[in-house]
Parts: sequence; structure tokens; C-alpha cells
Amino acid sequence: MGLFDYFRSSPSRSAALAKERLQIIVAHERGSRRSSPDYLPALKKELLEVVRRYVPIDQSHVKVHLDREGGYEILELNITLPDEEQRQFQPR
Amino acid sequence: MATIIVVTSGKGGVGKTTTSASFATGLAQRGYRTVVIDFDVGLRNLDLIMGCERRVVYDFINVINNEATLNQALIRDKRVENLYILPASQTRDKDALTKEGVERILSELKQNFEFEYVVCDSPAGIERGALMALYYADEALVVTNPEVSSVRDSDRILGILSSRSRRAEQSENPVKEHLVLARYAPDRANRGDMLTVQDVLEILAIPLLGVVPESSAVLQSSNAGIPVILDENSDAGLAYSDLVDRFLGKDLPHRFIEIPKKGFLKRLFGGG
Repeated sequence: MGLFDYFRSSPSRSAALAKERLQIIVAHERGSRRSSPDYLPALKKELLEVVRRYVPIDQSHVKVHLDREGGYEILELNITLPDEEQRQFQPR
Repeated sequence: MATIIVVTSGKGGVGKTTTSASFATGLAQRGYRTVVIDFDVGLRNLDLIMGCERRVVYDFINVINNEATLNQALIRDKRVENLYILPASQTRDKDALTKEGVERILSELKQNFEFEYVVCDSPAGIERGALMALYYADEALVVTNPEVSSVRDSDRILGILSSRSRRAEQSENPVKEHLVLARYAPDRANRGDMLTVQDVLEILAIPLLGVVPESSAVLQSSNAGIPVILDENSDAGLAYSDLVDRFLGKDLPHRFIEIPKKGFLKRLFGGG
């Protein structure tokens, strides 16, 4: 710190305030997005097994998505059944 | 096996393109075949930062739309061997980026061109371009400035990486996250005027890959169209160099997080 800095206003320590505000808002925003979907992978796996008994599909054909809008939660399931061509073509 | 790395942040102006350019250049300097792709359709800038803006003929979208081949669109860097740039389109809108199109180009780059690292320079925001840039990523460099809006947006991007990337959707191993703290000013952090490295790490809770100090060299390099990592006399250049070595597995201590020692006169009169 230079000589002249001593005559400036005393340090505000605004970083501490920034950190506190961030911790609160980040915790809040994480809470609203990360709380529930831990059962989604299992749900997806079981669905895959059931559908596979009838149609040969793989992981990439099942999309499970959970959205929140206001007070609602929307569970969106999207299973694409491959047509004959795609069943033979296996990317990678 | 090629690795796809997205350079992302949520917020604009934090140093994504600067980081993409220097990171890709550093990987290529160390002998890895590397391509850096600009995903900022409509607002391309990577070409300027890399200094190849006058050599752009075809772009990423041309290749996706089969109007040009990758061979025609890839620009070979003139300074560093093994380094290629795939510029974004300046005229189309971001809807031209389709999941299928991006996947096709990425697998062609990996298989036919044998790239070892594919660096995806994300646009700001969380819209299509940004989502496409991170979708196929194996690893992510999250560029953050020690400032409230940047940290919050980085946290948001971390949430998107863990829920909307291909790896998340297919329940594979998650995208490996790395923090790049850019525009850091140790003296201001020490005075309590700026979030410290530890503050940001505590909030975002991901491993720190590197701290890039606020540096006049960054502007000088972009003025000249030379990635700052090639300026070996600058603090920012050295910081990026360390960051690349760390990414490749070297265990290096973090520099530039302490206040640089000043001479007597500077100490007396401040500044610097």
C-alpha cells in the first residue's frame, strides 16, 4: 500500500459482503434445481428394461426430464422407438 | 481417444475466448493435435484473437450444412504446429447449430482428422450456442472473475453441465470441471475489495486449474491477434502456460495469487 493510500477512505471490505450475498443466493438457486432428480437415473434404467422386453432400444432413446414451473413439477418422458433402418445402424 | 473440452462461463466478457485461444495454443505447443472451435454464431471473435480473421473462407455452419468440407473450413495456425481453428459463422443465426450437425463434425474431427483435443469456445448466456458448446464435453473450463455476477453465473453453468450435457443425460461419468479464475488482482483481494481465490473456491466448490492475473498483456495480445500464452514475458502468459501444464497432469504451485513485490519508490507512492 502506497503512502497516498493512507489518506484515502478506510478499506470498505466489500468483498466480505459479496461473499455473504453470493453464498445465500447460490444456495437458494441450487436448492431449487438440485433437490429431487436423484431418482431419475434409476427411473430411466427401469423404464429402459421394461421397454426393452418389447422393442430393442438403448439408453439414448429414453429422455427423462424434470421441470419446475411455479408450484408444478413436470416429469417429461420421451421414448423414441427406432425404425427398422436405425435398429441396424449403430453409431459408434 | 480425443477429449472434448468446453470453455464456458455464463457471463460475457470474463475471458472465455482469451482462455480458449491460449489453452488450445498451449496444448498444441506441447505436441498435441488440437482444434479450437468458435461456437459464438453471429458474433465470432476467436478468429481475431487468434489473428487469422483474414484467412476465414468457410465456417462451422457451412460444414454443418454441407456447403463446405472440414478440410476447407479448418484454418491451420501459422505460429504453432498441430493447431487448427474452426471459425463461427458471422451471418447465420444460432439455430443453425443442431445437435446432429455438431455431433457429426465432432466425430469427424476426432476420427478422420485425429485431433487429440477439441476445444469448444462457448458464447455467453445459456441459449442454444452455449448449450451446444457444452453438450458433448468431456471436461469443462469454467472461466470466472472474482465478482458477484460472474460467480453466480458460473454456478448456474455448473448446474447445466451436471443436468443437460450428454454425459448427464446418458448417466455417464459427469463432465470433469475445472475453475479458471481470470482477471484476479491480488492487491485488491488482500485489501478486502475483491473476492479472494479461497472465497470463490468455497462458493463454487470445484478444483482450481489456474489463476490468471489482471494484466495489460491480455489487451496487448488481443490487439495484435496473438494468444497471450505466446507472450512468455507476461504474467498472464505464464499463468496460462502453468494452467495447461496442470491440465496435462503436472503438479505446479499457483503463482500470481500473492501481491508482487514492489520497489521502494513504488511502495512509497503506490500504483503499479
